[in-house]
Amino acid sequence: MRHTLSILVENRTGVLSRVAGLFSRRGYNIESLSVSTTDKKEISRMTIVVEGDQKTIEQVTKQLHKLIEVIKIYNITGEEFVERGLAMFRVIPTPENRAELMQVVDIFRGHILDFSPTSMIVEITGGEKKILAFEEALKPFGIAEVVRTGEIAMVRGGKSKNAKGENND
Amino acid sequence: MTSTGAEVLIRALEQQGVELVFGYPGGTILPVFHSISKSNIKNVLTRNEQAAAHAANGYARVSHKVGVCIATSGPGATNLVTGLANSFLDSIPVVAITGQVKSSLVGTDAFQEVDITGITQPITKHNYLVTDANDIARVVNEAFFIASSGRPGPVLIDLPKDVAMFACSEKFFDQLDLPGYKPNYKGHAIQVKHACEALQKAKHPLIYAGGGIILAGAYQQLQTLAERISAPVVTTLMGLGAFPYEHSLFLGMPGVHGFPAANYGLCSADVILALGVRFDERVTSAVENFAPKAKIIHIDIDPAEISKNVSSHIPIVGDVKTVIEDMLKRLTPVNNQQRLNEIAELKSKNEYLQQRIQSDKLNPRQIVEKMSEILPADTLITTEVGLHQMTVAQYYRHCYPGCFLTSGGLGTMGYGLPAAIGAQMAAPKRKVVCVAGDGSLQMNLPEMATIKAQKLPIKVVLINNSCLGMVRQLEDVSYPGEDLFAIDLEGNPDFCRLAEAYGWQSYRLEKTEDIDKVLIEAFASDQPVLIDCIIDKRDYVYPMVLADDPLDKMLMP
Ligand SMILES: Cc1ncc(C[n+]2csc(CCOP(=O)(O)OP(=O)(O)O)c2C)c(N)n1
Repeated sequence: MRHTLSILVENRTGVLSRVAGLFSRRGYNIESLSVSTTDKKEISRMTIVVEGDQKTIEQVTKQLHKLIEVIKIYNITGEEFVERGLAMFRVIPTPENRAELMQVVDIFRGHILDFSPTSMIVEITGGEKKILAFEEALKPFGIAEVVRTGEIAMVRGGKSKNAKGENND
Repeated sequence: MTSTGAEVLIRALEQQGVELVFGYPGGTILPVFHSISKSNIKNVLTRNEQAAAHAANGYARVSHKVGVCIATSGPGATNLVTGLANSFLDSIPVVAITGQVKSSLVGTDAFQEVDITGITQPITKHNYLVTDANDIARVVNEAFFIASSGRPGPVLIDLPKDVAMFACSEKFFDQLDLPGYKPNYKGHAIQVKHACEALQKAKHPLIYAGGGIILAGAYQQLQTLAERISAPVVTTLMGLGAFPYEHSLFLGMPGVHGFPAANYGLCSADVILALGVRFDERVTSAVENFAPKAKIIHIDIDPAEISKNVSSHIPIVGDVKTVIEDMLKRLTPVNNQQRLNEIAELKSKNEYLQQRIQSDKLNPRQIVEKMSEILPADTLITTEVGLHQMTVAQYYRHCYPGCFLTSGGLGTMGYGLPAAIGAQMAAPKRKVVCVAGDGSLQMNLPEMATIKAQKLPIKVVLINNSCLGMVRQLEDVSYPGEDLFAIDLEGNPDFCRLAEAYGWQSYRLEKTEDIDKVLIEAFASDQPVLIDCIIDKRDYVYPMVLADDPLDKMLMP
């Protein structure tokens, strides 16, 4: 099963390498990872999507907790949450199917970022499923390059998993 | 007032109560050594940084303080690695300080530059690369706190040479900035209640205790608990000494070279109370067959140990001493004569070990047994790694907690001799004996010079079988009938003459009838002494559980 962990860490050099090292060392596979600052400059947030059974995820979480610079870990998998990733595709349409491509982009509410006689860059934001569906839809046009961010996630409703490390449920 | 980074470092160490460090100098660490030379801290110069790291481990285990080792950048730092990994796996509080090339050169593959914080990331509890001298006092504070609290472990501080030489302020000596580090000491009350109920209802309860008991100082609580509920006790290699060897409830050490009673006991228990242990594969053997009938209660300070290797039914995270004390408030005495009879019956399986002592040929079991008889009960015993180590585990009558220093988790050949240095420095009045194999002894052999220089009356009992005995046995049973490979230590020196070259006294022991005389005389000396005991190559350790076999399938030829 796919788990989404939202982790607050101290914003210090080396933290990313400790977290990434822990995953590789213990044989856990990171599906996606995104790191950014929070509203507090001394704290960063990592959103990690990891595949594994309950036992594996429990171990991952406990091992992550042992890292001194990890402040708080929220496994939001079981909660209602919104997740977003961003992807850019370089597509090589022909003069004949260019219009059709633009329709597809429209249906998915994507954007065209760059337009040249030989290629187009299109962008999409959304959850994992939407991005994959969009990719499928683009395939017939010929995808030359894909660049994707890791996902970020937020729990719905009034519950914040904020940088004070508080969880006001 | 301003000082240099190195001066602040030394003052911060003094503030932590450090009196002694094990250090080996070099260019980038020189400012630190210069400051040590102006302070009240004593430096013990080992002959290899690895030995400094092991000595700091031995010192920590005996003094119950944090051990400190210091090395220069590059090769000095990499030589520490084995020692740090060893302390990491055995949860021993050590702080290592390494020099680093000056900040402007970091990342350029400069002379003697290695990324030691990167290298030690998986084998330290935490590490620091200090980039601002004003952080030094805080970092030292944090390092000592992290090393010694919760589940203890090594912490490394990497200090670039320019940072050590910068002027900086001396303030902030009490600072800690660790928002994500909060070890939990108190066990969950409802879980404690469940654990007590399960123990009280059990027909065949068994206590499986480990190094955590010694680290937490919970041996009295352990004994009270076992006696209260009439449960037999097994202790791991790291836990030996936590429960009296002669006690009627003691079944011995479990595992691959475990005591028969301990292994059978684990296999037949219906409730296992695991205290400060981590279900290491050397103990469980085939983990899927481990303790098939048992409900497992696991108490440990480290939440990540719970259900890591073996799923536990009642997990309790907390300090094992605090949790046992909470349990003792609830547990009522169990006086069950039938159970005591069963335990006595189980214990009789250990007679096998006694039978293996008798032989007219000199064997290590006789020697270790005699050591138990002759040496004072508070003697500090260190071992190297191999058959001799298992012989000490099986035959030495460990009766005080914390007196047995061995490399459990990493199984590091080369640990015993330097650990003896640390032990003797921590307890100058106690006897310190290192039991070594001829293979292992040669890993950190030059420490004989450190011992001489520091005037330490350490005794080395060398179980000399002219081979890498434990691997020989493994080859013999794994590939029967085939030629033995890469285990013959041909070219060994005459260890007695070697000892004398280091200014030690020496004895050679070849016959059973000389054991008494030689050991008594050697142990009475106020000098370092090596006793070279000549043993047959084919003298192996039994029982032996082969890889992936269940614990009750023991090889006992
Ligand atoms: C540093 C290191 N290298 C290799 C090993 C693998 N190993 C385990 S026991 C052993 C043989 C030890 O020989 P010796 O010290 O002579 O002890 P004996 O088994 O003969 O008593 C070896 C090579 C190890 N544990 N540590």
